[in-house]
Amino acid sequence: MQEIEHHYDEMDIVCERPAALLDTRMHYCPGCGHGVAHRILMEAVEELGLQEKTVGVAPVGCSVFAYHYMNVDMQEAAHGRATAVATGIKRTNPDKIVFTYQGDGDLAAIGTAETLHTVNRGENVLIVFINNAIYGMTGGQMAPTTLVTQKTSTTPYGREVPVMGNPLKITELLAQLPGAFFVTRQAVNTPANVRKAKKALLNGLKWQTLNKGTCFVEIVSNCPTNWGMKPVESNKWLEENMLPFYPLGDMKVPSKEELENG
Amino acid sequence: MAKIRGDISIDVEKCKGCELCVVACPQDAVALSSEINKQGYHYAVLIEDVCTGCTSCSLVCPDAVITVYREDRKSKKKTPVAEVRNVTGDIKIQVGAEEGN
Amino acid sequence: MGELRLMKGNEALAEAAIRAGMDGYFGYPITPQSEILEYLTREAYNRTQCTVLQAESEIASINMVYGAAGTGARVMTTSSSPGISLMQEGISYIAGAELPCLLVNINRGGPGLGTIQPSQGDYFQSVKGGGHGDYRLIVLAPATVQEMADFVLEGWEMAEKYRNPVLILADGALGQMMEKVELREQQPRGTRPVPDWATVGKTKDRERNVITSLFIKPEEMEQVNLRLQQKYKLIESEITRVEELQTDDADFVIVAYGLSARIGSKVMELLRDEGMKVGLIRPISLWPYPYATVSKAAEHVKGFLSLELNAGQMVEDVRLAVNGRCPVGHYGRMGGIIPSPEEVADVIKKMYSEL
Repeated sequence: MQEIEHHYDEMDIVCERPAALLDTRMHYCPGCGHGVAHRILMEAVEELGLQEKTVGVAPVGCSVFAYHYMNVDMQEAAHGRATAVATGIKRTNPDKIVFTYQGDGDLAAIGTAETLHTVNRGENVLIVFINNAIYGMTGGQMAPTTLVTQKTSTTPYGREVPVMGNPLKITELLAQLPGAFFVTRQAVNTPANVRKAKKALLNGLKWQTLNKGTCFVEIVSNCPTNWGMKPVESNKWLEENMLPFYPLGDMKVPSKEELENG
Repeated sequence: MAKIRGDISIDVEKCKGCELCVVACPQDAVALSSEINKQGYHYAVLIEDVCTGCTSCSLVCPDAVITVYREDRKSKKKTPVAEVRNVTGDIKIQVGAEEGN
Repeated sequence: MGELRLMKGNEALAEAAIRAGMDGYFGYPITPQSEILEYLTREAYNRTQCTVLQAESEIASINMVYGAAGTGARVMTTSSSPGISLMQEGISYIAGAELPCLLVNINRGGPGLGTIQPSQGDYFQSVKGGGHGDYRLIVLAPATVQEMADFVLEGWEMAEKYRNPVLILADGALGQMMEKVELREQQPRGTRPVPDWATVGKTKDRERNVITSLFIKPEEMEQVNLRLQQKYKLIESEITRVEELQTDDADFVIVAYGLSARIGSKVMELLRDEGMKVGLIRPISLWPYPYATVSKAAEHVKGFLSLELNAGQMVEDVRLAVNGRCPVGHYGRMGGIIPSPEEVADVIKKMYSEL
């Protein structure tokens, strides 16, 4: 293979691994969107200068080891309880920036009650919700967000609504709650979407200091391994199957007045 | 307009060869190496000197292994800077107008 | 001398928590302990700006305690038996992550939804685990309203010293009864140093702090367990607490804690009046259990009766301590029925006559 001559010393770095993301190899499968979500979240923390006052909460699921990668103080929560843990942290430390990072099983199945009540109380925390429509860590079982007809290891013939119920659009549900300040759905499958997702995370962190309610950022992501696809294919499948059912965009955005009277 | 010059460096040992950068690159300048790293992955490499430093590859990289460089057009065309002694302290004055800004 | 008040056990405990400089309380209503949540929502924030939050469930409460305790805050939750059952997962995580906090169980009758009357049916759950894994709770069993108040600060101090959850195991009767209580001075909040392990934001001068009970490598998990066991041994050697009444000359000993110990001491008086040499051992810490005290008494007594408001739980620990040297009986009532001293005295007389 032909060697390219590099010109690093003549140029400026425009994009690099954020210092808030530890310099370790991540355990995620090749092409997994968790890595992108981790990186843009830590970029956001770093760019806002919040590293020293941020406390993160990791879930149970594939991102159980998020604290091995995110260079901020972190707590590992029991399955589904991340937002309750975050509530405990924030209520006793209102000057800290608190976020949870949770998958679809953690946030929208076993932890539904905690999620709903945390947002309903308008806890001043950022909830980052990674939706890849499957249980990754336990080996590809049905998630609350698994699409109708989608095959998983526990829906081997595809998700059938009469048996397994409907995919849960929990983000739409949460956007209805008065305690929610900012609710949005993003994705990390293309460069443009990654940019938008990061912008949402920046806002979610920044607006936490206004003490006006919960910021909730869903990130539609992939699971190449358990979807049984190559990473590139999985992002295509995400585009063609996930996004029509989970359309991207803001569901609740603070008004100018709300942002000004901080 | 002159083409913007860019470059990337890849932390090949952390690369998992997922190919997302390959499809993200608008210049088709990234490919997987025929070599493998210690983890056994064919890692990403820059194969053509046509990088514009657009950062698309690093944006979609799940392992945060791509550093993107870009030529600073402003700095290249920067006009000489004269240092002038001033009673209130040193100041720098740029001679001539800055281009492209 | 501190301030004297006539208070319910539940209220004395809540008042003591405010005065101990509590930073956060998370709870869910359940009879017979809802007065604690009510008292704290009424008093705590107004007086010390302490966080008080009614959670959506006991599961949420205990996980809020986990989060707050992980920042070094002095926190508490209280509940009653079914609620404590719901918390067991969280308690195991708290023990595994070695977070100091105070838990209170105002024990009611079970199993299941059971009854709202007093019970000691949660002894096993409290001292033998309850949740999963090899862990221990420091368990304190008050017998008076004064102790309901005193064990709050003492419990927190133990929790913070050993980085271990402490459980106050009382019952519905102690929670509801009114007695005179001497209250400690108000301790200021925010004066305790932040522990170096607390997750309060990673400053440049230190590595990030992580609160976790997950150790996926077998060797690491075993080391964590061994370290925990070492800690539990240290706690056993340092804080085993017990009260003995007239055991020196006794040839029969009642072992009872909490509410049962109040009945037991009355039984002892009745039988002493009849000329029987009966003593009482009252375990105050149920874990660590005062095995040595019971074992020492076993050298000179003819028999023991474990008096409990359950079907026979602590009796197993009494038997362990006695180790077959003399008979150990059990007497207990359930469903919230509290035995009369005369009823228990008759049991002991019958048992004694058969020795």
